[in-house]
Amino acid sequence: MNGLAFLIPVALALSLGGLAAFFWSMRDGQYDDLDGAAYRILIEDDEA
Amino acid sequence: MNAPLDPRTLVALPLVDSRFVVPGIKCAGCIGKIERELARLDGVAAVRVNFSARRVAVRHDPAMSEDVLVAALAGIGFDAQPVTRAAPAADDAERRQLLRALAVAGFGMMNVMLLSVSVWSGAEGATRDLFHWLSALIAMPVIAYAGRPFFASAAKALRHGRTNMDVPISIGVLLATGLSLYEVVAGGEHAYFDGATMLLFFLLAGRALDAAMRGRTRAEIGALLSRMGRSAGIVQPDGGVRRVAAERIEPGMTMLVAAGESLAADGTVEAGHSAIDNAMLTGESRPEPVAPGTAVHAGTINLLQPLRVRVTAAAEDTAIAEIARLMEEAGQSRGRYVRIADRASRLYAPAVHSLAALSFAGWMLAGAGLHQALVVAIAVLIITCPCAMGLAVPAAQVVAAGALMKRGLLVKDGSALERLAEVDTVLFDKTGTLTMGEPQPCLDGLDPADRAIARALAQNSRHPLSRGLVRALEATGVSPAPLERVEERAGEGVFGTARGIAVALCKGAEDGGAMTVTLVVGERRMPVVFADGLRPDAGQSIRALGDMGLDSRILSGDRIEAVAPVARALGLFARGSAGPQAKLAELERLAAAGRRPLMVGDGLNDGPALAAAHASIAPGTASDVSQQAADAVFVGAGLMPVALGVRVARATMRVVRQNFAFAVLYNLLAVPLAIAGLVTPLIAAVAMSVSSLAVVLNSLRLAKAAG
Repeated sequence: MNGLAFLIPVALALSLGGLAAFFWSMRDGQYDDLDGAAYRILIEDDEA
Repeated sequence: MNAPLDPRTLVALPLVDSRFVVPGIKCAGCIGKIERELARLDGVAAVRVNFSARRVAVRHDPAMSEDVLVAALAGIGFDAQPVTRAAPAADDAERRQLLRALAVAGFGMMNVMLLSVSVWSGAEGATRDLFHWLSALIAMPVIAYAGRPFFASAAKALRHGRTNMDVPISIGVLLATGLSLYEVVAGGEHAYFDGATMLLFFLLAGRALDAAMRGRTRAEIGALLSRMGRSAGIVQPDGGVRRVAAERIEPGMTMLVAAGESLAADGTVEAGHSAIDNAMLTGESRPEPVAPGTAVHAGTINLLQPLRVRVTAAAEDTAIAEIARLMEEAGQSRGRYVRIADRASRLYAPAVHSLAALSFAGWMLAGAGLHQALVVAIAVLIITCPCAMGLAVPAAQVVAAGALMKRGLLVKDGSALERLAEVDTVLFDKTGTLTMGEPQPCLDGLDPADRAIARALAQNSRHPLSRGLVRALEATGVSPAPLERVEERAGEGVFGTARGIAVALCKGAEDGGAMTVTLVVGERRMPVVFADGLRPDAGQSIRALGDMGLDSRILSGDRIEAVAPVARALGLFARGSAGPQAKLAELERLAAAGRRPLMVGDGLNDGPALAAAHASIAPGTASDVSQQAADAVFVGAGLMPVALGVRVARATMRVVRQNFAFAVLYNLLAVPLAIAGLVTPLIAAVAMSVSSLAVVLNSLRLAKAAG
């Protein structure tokens, strides 16, 4: 039973963390331009 | 890596966002160039290219007009079209809402399942009660949040006195949750929280897939009217000329149309000789010569000399506005199409309800208590809840659309695939659909010196044939020869002098339907023949359609002389000189005869027909309006994606029917168990996942069908 008292909150916290990460990534627009990100790494930053 | 953002502009006036469709974005260089160059403009705060959607979002000073930005994009080589904001945003919000609900349901399902598995494997007493309480605490908010799309839709249906798929889902979920809560409080043996959350998860997966299929809405008819000139120079009573906005122009006014300007209203030519590019209205690539007395239409482009035009119809009464109206009306008839999932649920939902009600009544009559009868009724609702059914259609359609996309056919939504599978007649437009749509000159008879002169002459003209000649010569790497005294004469051609020799590029002799120009160098006259070639695999594609039992015909706005050679080459029945109304009438005639036509066309004049046909496909080179009206767009030079589209759509429907058959078969096996009161939460969970997985796996086979 002591193990459970530790493991269940851990399982809940981990999945809540995953859920929060997903919500954040959606709000941040991470899924708006899936193909564009692959191309952006090829752009030269000529101001730098 | 992100768009350059100047911190000083952040404290300035409230900025506005404008969005543009830029189909020409193809590479990393394009993204970099657009973001760099636009950000340099005064008044632009941020630029962000969305590569997947081929869109550019610009945050800018409200004083800056969209036209300036379009011109700036054109200046760096990208054609752009401003987008209206409202419609896609609503669609997008719905998709996001579904994804969030799916994520929450997934979270709930995994955690509740974790606890349920321990209960199934033998947790007892205090441990079981603890796990049930925890499940309840997790499941209640999850169900309240993730169930909203279903509860809202079910409530709406019930308010209108109808029933839909969401009604049994909502009742099942709510009853299961309520009963489980009672069990938990009473310290009972079974709780159905796992079943309820899992049900929501699988169903939301189906809905999210369906929403992902939905492309842009076809409501952007505004784009059509933007083709019309926005303003015109109107001759004032005192003889001066003033710019008047298109919607303020009235019949009876006289407008001056400069060369290269697009007309803002319909009218009759009063003075001047020129040629008009009618391609947008009729699909005809050859410019039409105009003289005093000729009728001209809004949206067409004056190519050569300034014209004085007396306005006969303006604003809402022009031919182009009429096309917009026809499209809007034609699109409504398609809106009445009932999708296969909805047809299935009309039969399914009442059956499920009566079954659950009957088993409840049956157990009550048989002398079982209220509690037991309720448990059985809920088990029936959960077992029959259409998990597999909810996934049956969208899973197959998403896989098929993905496979078709790799082969060059972009299908806009699931309903398009369903209708594409039902077509039995194909109507092709000619120019730009069966043919490439661009007249290609035959340059064989010209030596390099002649080519240099031809390019120099041609680049002084806006005539489509001249522009085609310039493109073809550019491709061969010829640089233009130096010319003097270049002059363009309306209806005749371009004239000039090269090293003292008189040279000209003028109208060629009429030769059947072919288009020719004559290059004159001193005394030599060399004809250059233009041909609008067939797509390389046109014949093969039409044979492939024929093999599937589809009857192909040509329905073109072009003259019949121009259509006949193509029809002969492909062995098709053809009809020429069909305007937008005539095309629409032909489609209605076919529909009345019980046929289901597929319209393949590109021109603006095909717009109403594309919107009215049972299904429609447009080439990627088509006008934006046609691409929006069509169900699918094919890219590249080949016509084969059309035949492939029909084949894959039919395969998709076969798989959808198999999926349905499987879901029904599974119900036939599981429902008797539920009615007999033998279904525990464990059996319900296993049955639900197995049937959903089987449907998804069966749908994945479609990825091969397009190969």
